[in-house]
Amino acid sequence: MTTPKPRVGLFVTCLVDFFRPTIGFSAVKLLEDAGCEVSVPAAQTCCGQPAYNSGDRGGARALAEQVIALFEGFDYVVIPSGSCAGMIKVHYPDLFVGEPGWRLRAERLAAKTHELTSFLVDVLGVAPLPVTWEGTATYHDSCSGLRELGLKAQPRRLLSSVEGLAVREMSDPEACCGFGGAFCVKYDEISNAIVDRKAADIKVTGADLLLSGDLGCLLNIAGKLKREGSRVEVRHVAEVLAGMTSGPAIGGTRK
Amino acid sequence: MSLGLTSASFPKNAHAALANPPLLKAIAHIEETLVGGRRRAVDALPEFDALRDAGRDIKAHTLKHLDLYLEAFEKKVVEAGGFVHWAADAAEASRIVLDICQAAGARRVTKGKSMITEEVGLNAFLGANGITPVETDLGEYIIQLRGETPSHIIAPAVHVNKEQVAADFRRVHTDLDPKRNLDEPTSLLAEARGVLRERFLSADVGITGANFLVAETGSTVIVTNEGNGDLTQILPKTHIVLASIEKVVPTLEDVATIMRLLARSATGQEMSVYTTFSTGPRRAGDPDGPEAFHVVLLDNGRSAMLGSEFEDMLRCIRCGACINHCPVYRSIGGHAYGSVYPGPMGSVLTPSLQGLEKAAHLANASTLCGRCESVCPMRIPLPKMLRHWREKEFERHLTPKKARFGLAVWRFFAARPHLYGAATRLAAWGLARLAGKNGALSQVPLADGWTRWRDLPAPEGGTFRTEWAKRGRK
Repeated sequence: MTTPKPRVGLFVTCLVDFFRPTIGFSAVKLLEDAGCEVSVPAAQTCCGQPAYNSGDRGGARALAEQVIALFEGFDYVVIPSGSCAGMIKVHYPDLFVGEPGWRLRAERLAAKTHELTSFLVDVLGVAPLPVTWEGTATYHDSCSGLRELGLKAQPRRLLSSVEGLAVREMSDPEACCGFGGAFCVKYDEISNAIVDRKAADIKVTGADLLLSGDLGCLLNIAGKLKREGSRVEVRHVAEVLAGMTSGPAIGGTRK
Repeated sequence: MSLGLTSASFPKNAHAALANPPLLKAIAHIEETLVGGRRRAVDALPEFDALRDAGRDIKAHTLKHLDLYLEAFEKKVVEAGGFVHWAADAAEASRIVLDICQAAGARRVTKGKSMITEEVGLNAFLGANGITPVETDLGEYIIQLRGETPSHIIAPAVHVNKEQVAADFRRVHTDLDPKRNLDEPTSLLAEARGVLRERFLSADVGITGANFLVAETGSTVIVTNEGNGDLTQILPKTHIVLASIEKVVPTLEDVATIMRLLARSATGQEMSVYTTFSTGPRRAGDPDGPEAFHVVLLDNGRSAMLGSEFEDMLRCIRCGACINHCPVYRSIGGHAYGSVYPGPMGSVLTPSLQGLEKAAHLANASTLCGRCESVCPMRIPLPKMLRHWREKEFERHLTPKKARFGLAVWRFFAARPHLYGAATRLAAWGLARLAGKNGALSQVPLADGWTRWRDLPAPEGGTFRTEWAKRGRK
């Protein structure tokens, strides 16, 4: 008798859904290669961070209920984003203080929710199938993943198995990129000053590829690099790990 | 309060700061000096994180029994021959200090570096009442000459470069040789020392803050790197300590524990150069010390934070690590915050002190990156508290209308998956078409906050959920 495949619900995130389905398909491939049965509940929209970080607890709570109901039946929930995974793992239970029923459901969901690279390394303990990328990458540690979930070694460990790829670290890979959700448009001038420093740090590495695990940061950094005329490609780490790199990079020109 | 508080015009202040190259150059030094210094000091102390736990626990325990420890402290001060005064707010604290100065017949007072005196606006108040305050910390002295407020809680003149200091000294120290050389930091330092020496000797009252108040002994503790605090409190006949109530800790042992965190977190030093304990006035046989010793304990909104979601903020030991590591502070410096306390700790504290109406920008002007919490020696959950302020702002309908409307629209769609799917499908398709082969947009309607500074990478075309469904997947 074989062990049944773990049933994984993929929370694709609103940004990936809208801007970059390739990241979602890369995640699916990595999970299926690792022996998971992957489903993508069609009624998913957003984890609620825009409301939560704007002080709208009620709005965040409403979406949290939606997500909990949609995903609690899976063995695992996997998310190709540190900040959305952090929202569910760290913040959902706090949204239901004084409501034992909902709180329990939130805690159960939190316990089985994982960011993609952490799920592959920490939960499944697998190495992705061999892929090749010739070049030098530098990795930006997105804030929520790094500080709420402790993501640091996991993506680097997975990248170490990519043939031809060298990783050259920035002087401060843990510095915020200045995205910050609504912050980047509310305080756009400050956001720009922060991403300016990030772009400069990337340039110094001489890398031709910038990777990270959060599309918010990637859109911000890619947008800045593109405006500056940089030739550095920007991609989600899952794309490289899954070998789904034939299409244009984030913000890159199309054929 | 002190010189104009301008938190309400934060975006304008930030804009001005970003257009000020000398300022940006000056604050860029923080990376090597303070951030680098802290990193080296922490790396050299394996038990640093365990010390953080211990420090947090000491402060948390003290805050749970704050009344008890403050009364114990008061008793010990009185036993040692000192006086304790309780001030509910800034105005009362200033009044008490003025009364003590006037009773001592004071014309000139020297001051050690103290953020609490900034918080109550003491210098302006004393000046208006005919008493001349002289700042004796070099950084504070510089900004006093410039008519400015501190732009950092431990490095008040971090925004000033040495050429500016030289110009200020030439402008103010007119009795010195105009042709003197002020090119080197050491010559600036020597000049300030010479000028201040005379001020120390002629002061009638010395005013300091306190890094700690020790309940078991009634001692007040200051840490400095210049020794100016010692001269301030030992030479004049009267020493006034102005400190906020959360500075109290139970024992000397507790001071020792937290001291191991303070300087490492602040400047990367193992210890500050001078650590000075003051217990009552000069006793018979003491070689020096003041004849009168007063402690003014300031509340100013702090007791209202006890038991609230902001209580943890009262653990703060004012090391400045959160400020040094904040990407927002590092972009604009301290004055743009328009508050006494800048950076993450200031953005949490200021709404408590000034009211949320004036300070709402501060809680929002953060990416919530969490680096502040990750370096805080007292493990204060700063991002969580910034979010609490945002919640209060939202509850009280102080959130700007445009943001509230945007949020309501987003919420309407996000709660209706079918509608959301249709709307995002259309928008993703439209933006992808608009971007064409370039793959990014340099202008997008309603998104100029983004596109003023960076391109917007275009969506690939179809949304993930559409593409997924096309493949017959669930």
